[in-house]
Amino acid sequence: MTPRTGRATLAARPEHSASSPLSIHDVTVAYHRKPVLWDIDYDAPAASLTAIVGPNGSGKSTLIKACLGLVPLVSGTIEIFGAPGRTQRRLVGYLPQRESVDWDFPVSALEVVAMGRYARIGWCRPVTKAHRQAALGFLAQVGMEEYADRQIAQLSGGQQQRVFLARALAQEARLYFMDEPFAGVDAATERAIIDVLRALKAAGCTVICVHHDLQTVPEYFDHVLLLNARVIASGPVKETFTRENLQRTYGGRLTLLEAAAQAVAARR
Amino acid sequence: MPGSITDVSVSLPSLDAIIRALTLRAGYNSAVVVISASLLGLAGGAIGTLTLLRKRALIGDALAHAALPGLATAFLAASAIGANPRSLPILLGGALVSGVLAGLAVLLIRMHGRLREDAAIGVVLSVFFGAGIVLLSAIQSLRHANVAGLSHFIYGQTAAMNRSDAVLIGAIAVVAFGAAVLLFKEFRVVCFDDRFAAAIGLNVGLIDLLMLALIVAVIIIGLQAVGIILVVALLIIPAAAARFWTDRMGGMFALSAVLGALSGYFGAVASSLLPRLPAGAVIVLTSGMLFVMSMLIAPRRGVAASALRMLGLRARIACEHFLRGAYEALEADGDLRAGSAVRLDRIGAARGWSSPMRAMVGRLLQSRGLIVPVKAGGARAWALTERGLTESARLVRNHRLWEEYVTTHSSVAASHADFSADRVEHALSEDIIKELELELRRRGELPDEPVERVPASIHTIGPASKAG
Repeated sequence: MTPRTGRATLAARPEHSASSPLSIHDVTVAYHRKPVLWDIDYDAPAASLTAIVGPNGSGKSTLIKACLGLVPLVSGTIEIFGAPGRTQRRLVGYLPQRESVDWDFPVSALEVVAMGRYARIGWCRPVTKAHRQAALGFLAQVGMEEYADRQIAQLSGGQQQRVFLARALAQEARLYFMDEPFAGVDAATERAIIDVLRALKAAGCTVICVHHDLQTVPEYFDHVLLLNARVIASGPVKETFTRENLQRTYGGRLTLLEAAAQAVAARR
Repeated sequence: MPGSITDVSVSLPSLDAIIRALTLRAGYNSAVVVISASLLGLAGGAIGTLTLLRKRALIGDALAHAALPGLATAFLAASAIGANPRSLPILLGGALVSGVLAGLAVLLIRMHGRLREDAAIGVVLSVFFGAGIVLLSAIQSLRHANVAGLSHFIYGQTAAMNRSDAVLIGAIAVVAFGAAVLLFKEFRVVCFDDRFAAAIGLNVGLIDLLMLALIVAVIIIGLQAVGIILVVALLIIPAAAARFWTDRMGGMFALSAVLGALSGYFGAVASSLLPRLPAGAVIVLTSGMLFVMSMLIAPRRGVAASALRMLGLRARIACEHFLRGAYEALEADGDLRAGSAVRLDRIGAARGWSSPMRAMVGRLLQSRGLIVPVKAGGARAWALTERGLTESARLVRNHRLWEEYVTTHSSVAASHADFSADRVEHALSEDIIKELELELRRRGELPDEPVERVPASIHTIGPASKAG
């Protein structure tokens, strides 16, 4: 990596790897002077499915938004494929949390997916038939091509989530951030989503998901990042997703520990 | 000749004059003004779609009100340096400056005054407008100044528009409309999901600024024709009317542009025929009428369509209730076959139906071939046909499955299961019910029965449903 403006990139530092799709160095994020993320150091492994888990308010969504440049950093740097995040937007896909969408907005499923292509289309250029065909292809990947012309409020929760996943896929990125992709979806949609994620990994993409369900972490993901304002632990699921680490992440919350203990025991 | 605003005596024009005005043959000036107002409406409608969907309508209103001190100051300044104080570019330039200052004031108040945006806008809007009124009355006391032209900016007056003004307004309207079309997809993604837009690398701040510039353009050029008080309606009403007709932003954009153009057209024509009629008010009333019509008659989203749908839904539910009641009545009598008499009025009474409802249910089911009229002991009654029997068996089976599910899985007491199950059943489609059956069967919670057999009811059925 050639250094830019005389400042060595993170890859030159010993704790970060040059081949990592995402390098987070010493990042701190604060909302209204309250620290949300503190001294985060992390390298994501390439071609993998990584889960970010932690209790409510632990900064999981904030970490993703920081990587996307949506929240300002108090300190630290984030690099994506060896360059500053804001120059690499083309390589990054995003599936946000579902709740903050205006479902009454006059837009169809196909038009939502086409939005994932807007950066490629460029300023002031129209959305052509070719772009719409491409968007239809991504809808087909999530099994929603029949619903292309439906206004989004006419879809069920799981269907809506699939449309937004198709929008992320339409970005044709190498690194995907997904914020609770499985939250509140039915079983069929959950299966469809995990199939898509596995296909992404097989194609060499990196997927990083904020995940809420401890039970399914070992089944769906191969790496995990345990977060509670600080990095508690990170690494392959087999070594990192341990009872001890979960206890350190979730503190003294018993009911959650029960579920976590069960998840861990069931996989042994 | 424009007179006092309060003089509302009108002399009605002849039909000939009306037709000439409508077809733009009432004089070159008049035609240019009408075209200009139509283009203004076109731009207002189109940019109004963006404004509505981005929820920025209040800013348009604030800009309009904040323009008054700028207009007055420009008037004074122009008089002072000997330029023509009525020149539209000068006046609109002043309006623009005070509009921009108002915008900055809103930003400052939000940053340092800890006020929310709507409160900050309200403060700035009122203070600037009040200052403008004071300036206006100060100008009026200067004997050599003729302020009739200025006060028209408050209510709007197309009749006073001269040709070069109309051309200027029309040209800016066309440019603004063109810019909105060019940047449509950028505006669409920012209106829908600005966080995603930022994430894919779009400059959301810049796009918002461009949208604001378009809003400013429409407001400023609309000030003369429509007036400060009403110009925001150019942005809001056509777009709101268009929303009833379409579920696509592109369609809404195009339709609101057309509705806006129509409003501008008719408003300007009316004003040319009846010069004392404030054009702004007529333009707004025209678009208001289009809005009310849209709200009532638009298919799917209109009031009439919703009412019909609701009626249809209630009729369908009532028919299903009758079929179930008939089945259960026959079942209780041990007389489950087509042709056995069932009293519709007894079931209707138990359900609390009015007699028009009972008549409608009877007609609907008969037309679907599910029931036929019979005589039972001298009284009129209905009987299920073979198809009716099959259909009612299906409905009862569904209903009892749900009762069982709701009772065992949702902690609902058995006597309450009927009503809960009713709602769930009418909200679910056939394939979801099939999925539920599969799931219950897999968990061993649904007796493995062939489709024709109906599980016994889990609660006692009331006497009102028995026939005879």
